[in-house]
Amino acid sequence: MSEHIVPTRSYYVIYLVLMVCTALTVWVAYLDLGPLNTVAALAIAIFKAVLVILFFMHVKYSSRLTWAVIAGGVFWFLILLTIIGDYLTRAWQPYGSV
Amino acid sequence: MLPEAVHQQTHSPSLAHHFDNLEQQREAATLGMWAFLVTEILFFGGLFTVYMIYRSMYPQAFAAASHELVIWAGTTNTAVLITSSLTMALAVHAAQTGNRRLLVTLLIVTIALGCVFLGIKAFEYYTEWVEHHVPGLNYAFEPEYYRNAQIFFSLYFVMTGLHALHMIIGIGIMLFMLWWSIRGVITTEYYNPIEIAGLYWHFVDIVWIFLFPLLYLIGRHAHV
Amino acid sequence: MASSTVLTPPHHYLNDGVGIKSWLLTRDHKRIALLYLAGVTFFFFIGGAMATLIRIELITPAGDLVSDETYNKLFTMHGVMMVFFFLIPAIPAVLGNFLVPIMIGAKDLAFPKLNLASWYIYMLGGLFTLYAVVAGGLDTGWTFYTPFSTVASTSNVIPAAVGIFITGFSSILTGLNFIVTIHRMRAPGMTWFRMPLFLWSTYATSLINVLGTPVIAITLLLVAAERIFHFGFFDPRVGGDPVLFQHLFWFYSHPAVYIMVLPAMGVVSELVAAGCRKPVFGYAFVAFASLAIAVLGFLVWGHHLFVAGESVYSAMIFSILSFLVAIPSAVKVFNWTATMYKGSVSWETPMLYAYGFIGLFTVGGLTGLFLAAIGVDVHVTDTYFIIAHFHYIMVGGTIMGYLGGLHFWWPKISGRLYNEGLAKIAAGIIFIGFNLTFFPQFIVGYLGMPRRYHAYPPEFQVLNVLSSAGASILAVGYLLPMIYLMWSLRYGKLAGSNPWGAVGLEWTTTSPPPTENFVTTPVVTWDAYQYDAQQVEGHVA
Repeated sequence: MSEHIVPTRSYYVIYLVLMVCTALTVWVAYLDLGPLNTVAALAIAIFKAVLVILFFMHVKYSSRLTWAVIAGGVFWFLILLTIIGDYLTRAWQPYGSV
Repeated sequence: MLPEAVHQQTHSPSLAHHFDNLEQQREAATLGMWAFLVTEILFFGGLFTVYMIYRSMYPQAFAAASHELVIWAGTTNTAVLITSSLTMALAVHAAQTGNRRLLVTLLIVTIALGCVFLGIKAFEYYTEWVEHHVPGLNYAFEPEYYRNAQIFFSLYFVMTGLHALHMIIGIGIMLFMLWWSIRGVITTEYYNPIEIAGLYWHFVDIVWIFLFPLLYLIGRHAHV
Repeated sequence: MASSTVLTPPHHYLNDGVGIKSWLLTRDHKRIALLYLAGVTFFFFIGGAMATLIRIELITPAGDLVSDETYNKLFTMHGVMMVFFFLIPAIPAVLGNFLVPIMIGAKDLAFPKLNLASWYIYMLGGLFTLYAVVAGGLDTGWTFYTPFSTVASTSNVIPAAVGIFITGFSSILTGLNFIVTIHRMRAPGMTWFRMPLFLWSTYATSLINVLGTPVIAITLLLVAAERIFHFGFFDPRVGGDPVLFQHLFWFYSHPAVYIMVLPAMGVVSELVAAGCRKPVFGYAFVAFASLAIAVLGFLVWGHHLFVAGESVYSAMIFSILSFLVAIPSAVKVFNWTATMYKGSVSWETPMLYAYGFIGLFTVGGLTGLFLAAIGVDVHVTDTYFIIAHFHYIMVGGTIMGYLGGLHFWWPKISGRLYNEGLAKIAAGIIFIGFNLTFFPQFIVGYLGMPRRYHAYPPEFQVLNVLSSAGASILAVGYLLPMIYLMWSLRYGKLAGSNPWGAVGLEWTTTSPPPTENFVTTPVVTWDAYQYDAQQVEGHVA
């Protein structure tokens, strides 16, 4: 962990952005965007998480090893998510049919 | 490094004997906490995977069930947790700058916000019990989505329950940090415990940042 | 050989503090390793007792020793004990705990108190699971498949699941400790590529521990929750899918088999280098192969679901990936063999185990390739072919590696030499007993004998009798090291710092080492396995 001390002003700015994003995600939920609702919800959540990680958790000022650890964790979670591939392809018929 | 600084780094009372200097100790502790958080990503990740699969299979049932959750409670809790992350980050700053009184105050506020979160959560659980949305206890739901909504509520209770358990553990850790701060164990050269306790706290906040839209905000635009 | 150090130093980690409290509250990684040695040996014998009963039952085609339900409990508890309480922890927690700090030139692991906590967590989990055994057993198979485990089984599913869940934390914390130690506590000059290959394997294993174990933790939690609250994640009656359990279970349990074999491969690298007085051929390839095994091992779990109902397209992808994962393992086998070529090959006991590993792991690995082919797998799934395949790797591989490492480092750990003659005989008995036990199982499985049945058609009896006979020989083979190693603690010849004339930081310190491992922190200016340099016992040039 670096000795870098983040000025408190940054924390307040990030906090405000996070609160705005929370309000935003609730507001968007009440709009009918079809499948984009889920996309928007996830995009906002990911954006908020990234802000917390970079600034509150100081990853912006951390070593490359820390970045690698986080990236590894996220990547492995994505591997776990590929389980859904089985469910999405079960209906595909290998031989000619409907 | 100046000789006094070297001496402080290698003979400080906060230095464990198997480390060479405070910097190594600090880097090791931080890496250890990050590695632990990776295990938590995979732990909750299993639940998010189950969620993703069943939501893709039963979108309407999930939407119908999600409607039953208390949205103001979820939104308020999101705001509460984000605020607690702010106070936590400010607490680390206070520790880094040697402001003991501010550190203690901010830790207390963080703990209090965590308790507010748990209180609202308890109220929600009570509401869900009254409305017969607890699988295994007294579950009932509209016939059209009865079966599959049970999976939603099961996921809801397991995911938020496990999250709440992590909050309780986090509050416990913060109480410990509070005690150390009051007793003067935390100094400008040994503030890392606050930092890594903060990492844990922020992580629990991030889990909620995802839980909130995925559980509370499904299909809110539709009228079921 | 001239020695500049006394054979046994007056102060070392074994006599630094006496009494039970100094052991149960120790933070010394070397003592914790011995605590684990006691633990894994204890659980190994319980798993072995189950195996004994299984093999006795299978001497006759009729299910006449135990009822079918009891038999279900026997093979379940055998699997649970062996996998979770012996194979997964053994080499990392015993040899890894002892050697990692010494091999990198550190005084201890990064988190000594956490290390002790890991042992207590391991024992607590073991006790929970032992309770499940004693209170009537578990009959779901070590694989806990749903919906039997969540709905129909009346056995002690929850205590066993809780026990495994708790022990999982021990694996996670040990892995975490190793990762941080290797990243942050290497001695001056000890770069990544000067580390002994055992550390690369341990590091790769630790990555798997940290990334995979949480998934089985949450999966078992869901099983317990489903059992208690009837949630329905795996219950078709509410739209759940039992196969989802299998996906989640094997997402961890396949990488788990690499947790079991990677450390043994690390041991073999050390044994082959020392036993042939040569650097391991293609050091960088072997190091990267360890990482490749760890990564690729996470991409193949679906090959356990070929006949479970996963989609054909998933199956095809998992099949290809399962072929790919064999490549880094093969690279290691080739490189060990190349190391032996033109080496000064010794026949001491640790080397016998290393050769045994290389041969038997190859058989197990090749049969794994047969299973990666979906067409073959469809026919031999749930037969004894599968059982033979994984026992060749787990027993012929991991246990051989474990015993080889135990023998190789025994002089360092205890300060004593064991009886080499007896040890060679034991190694031979184990090798013969192992092959007699498990080779017939390939045949009988291919011929169609299903696994997990306590009765079988009479035409399979001859091969089963051979297998049971082999098991009794194997049992004798396993008892012998227990006896002569314990005997050597009191009566064995003093070892001195480097009885093998091997290269490595562990051989530069005394046997047994002092509590802080080294009198002065070493500064490393040489590559691993510098056997071409001049050596005198106790020194490395």
